[in-house]
Amino acid sequence: MNSLYEAVIGLEVHAQLLTETKIFCGCSTNFGNPPNTNVCLVCLGHPGALPVLNQKVVEFAVKMGLATDCTINRNSIFARKNYFYPDLPKGYQISQFEKPICEFGKLVVVKNDGSMKEIQIKRIHMEEDAGKSIHDQEETTLIDINRCGTPLLEIVSEPDMNSAEEAYLYLSKLRQIITYLGICDGNMEEGSFRCDANVSVRLKGESQLGTKAEIKNMNSFRNVEKAIEFEIKRQIEILEDGGKIIQQTLLWNAEQNIALPMRSKEEAHDYRYFPDPDLMPVEVDEIWKSEIEKKIPELPDTRCKRFIEQFNLPNYDAGILTSSKELADYFEKVTEVTTDYKSASNWIMTEVLKVLSEGKIGISQFIISPVNLGNLIVLINNKTISIKIAKEVFLEMLKSNQEPDTIIKDKNLLQISDTTEIETIIDKVITANPKDVQEFLSGKEKVIGFFVGQVMKESKGKANPQIVNELLKKKLSQQK
Amino acid sequence: MAVTIEDVKYIANLSHLKFDEKELESFTHQFNEILTFFEKLNELNTDNVVPLSHPVENVNVFREDVLVSSVEREEALKNSPDRNDNYFKVPKVINK
Repeated sequence: MNSLYEAVIGLEVHAQLLTETKIFCGCSTNFGNPPNTNVCLVCLGHPGALPVLNQKVVEFAVKMGLATDCTINRNSIFARKNYFYPDLPKGYQISQFEKPICEFGKLVVVKNDGSMKEIQIKRIHMEEDAGKSIHDQEETTLIDINRCGTPLLEIVSEPDMNSAEEAYLYLSKLRQIITYLGICDGNMEEGSFRCDANVSVRLKGESQLGTKAEIKNMNSFRNVEKAIEFEIKRQIEILEDGGKIIQQTLLWNAEQNIALPMRSKEEAHDYRYFPDPDLMPVEVDEIWKSEIEKKIPELPDTRCKRFIEQFNLPNYDAGILTSSKELADYFEKVTEVTTDYKSASNWIMTEVLKVLSEGKIGISQFIISPVNLGNLIVLINNKTISIKIAKEVFLEMLKSNQEPDTIIKDKNLLQISDTTEIETIIDKVITANPKDVQEFLSGKEKVIGFFVGQVMKESKGKANPQIVNELLKKKLSQQK
Repeated sequence: MAVTIEDVKYIANLSHLKFDEKELESFTHQFNEILTFFEKLNELNTDNVVPLSHPVENVNVFREDVLVSSVEREEALKNSPDRNDNYFKVPKVINK
């Protein structure tokens, strides 16, 4: 990026809430039901049908507000945001404008260079989602109202970010917090966690903001980063050529890696917000607020710190293990079986995460139970099996989902620590390789590695490597 | 604050309504009359009055997060001017 310029980025995030029912009616929020089956007179926008607020939506909003250091406004109201679009049958979206439920929050991200950056949250408010338009028809657009009325939290940041990296980190942090709270599944690809970015650039030291462009349709974390980088570059190039930035909405095209101006028949925005007379104000008093606060689980930053202290883990390990609540839970269940915390961390960070990323699955779909992984580590530490054999057992556990004990017994993988047995193998290897014995005796001690390898191979990896090492040294020296 | 014919055209456009010149003039006149009527309120001193968002003093009217059966799809679609078996149909929205 041209160092004369500075980017200014603000993000608007829409998070679908994991309630059973919609925000203002008792229809299901279930994704993927046949079109126009999760609908009723309220979400279809029939005249006279009255919305009634789902209490859980308020609780979820307060949770998110508390988890991001917001002020929870004691009084908040709903407003109508008026615009015409076919997937919004009422002709207005019920949202919050004046008096949102949460304001003035913040969160802190750690950048790749190790520095910290605080990003302010301007507001968090409750609103309803719109329906879905299907545009692939020749002459018409098809409308599915199922999603209409699904509860959303809109989380608006201040324009505090200055790079695509910061935007990416902020978004990841929000997602981490919201999934820890269990109020949203955070799935960007499926659209239950969406992000729009306002991007502008200005000369460094300039106090006024530049003209911004809004980028939509970035349906993955990487796309958010790429789209913002693209837009910053585009705007700087225009300014350098003496041009002017036009305020516009761009749609990110992930196939072409390009942001293109949105073309639609939607009218210029004049939302004419006004308080919705159909809905009573919401009052969150201190008692209710503290009741909700008690239901907030340990949050990622706190849990990360605890992992470092309680399990004596490096920052890096603790950061990865607490990246999702499910992974952190998994790790803690392993530590109920083994006190070798660092090994537990290593196994999860390497072997387990490798399986997850290769299979594109989450830890909740991982076949090996934390108890079985813990037991595997116990079996290594009490010398029943070597690490090498343990990796074999691990692969077998992935296939058969059996307990490590059973696999070791069935496959005859017990580590050989019986010295007589190992000595027999060593004798065989020594007799078979007289030249290497001579090399060893002439002072080439490195050859010992070759012998260890041969013995391990002979024993099919089952010989206890420590005993092999000791006995080999003794036996080879005796050859003099 | 006088309403001009341009204001009326703007509001008509936002409301997706079309009027002829005569109607536009008539509405301009009516809008101005309504606003003049409300100007009367400016005679009151409201410096210390909190804005009212709802005439009824009641808060926290909630429902539990419990499923209520939805209407049948056929029922939902039946008043629609255009439809197919599963969807509402509207004129094409995006210019492709």
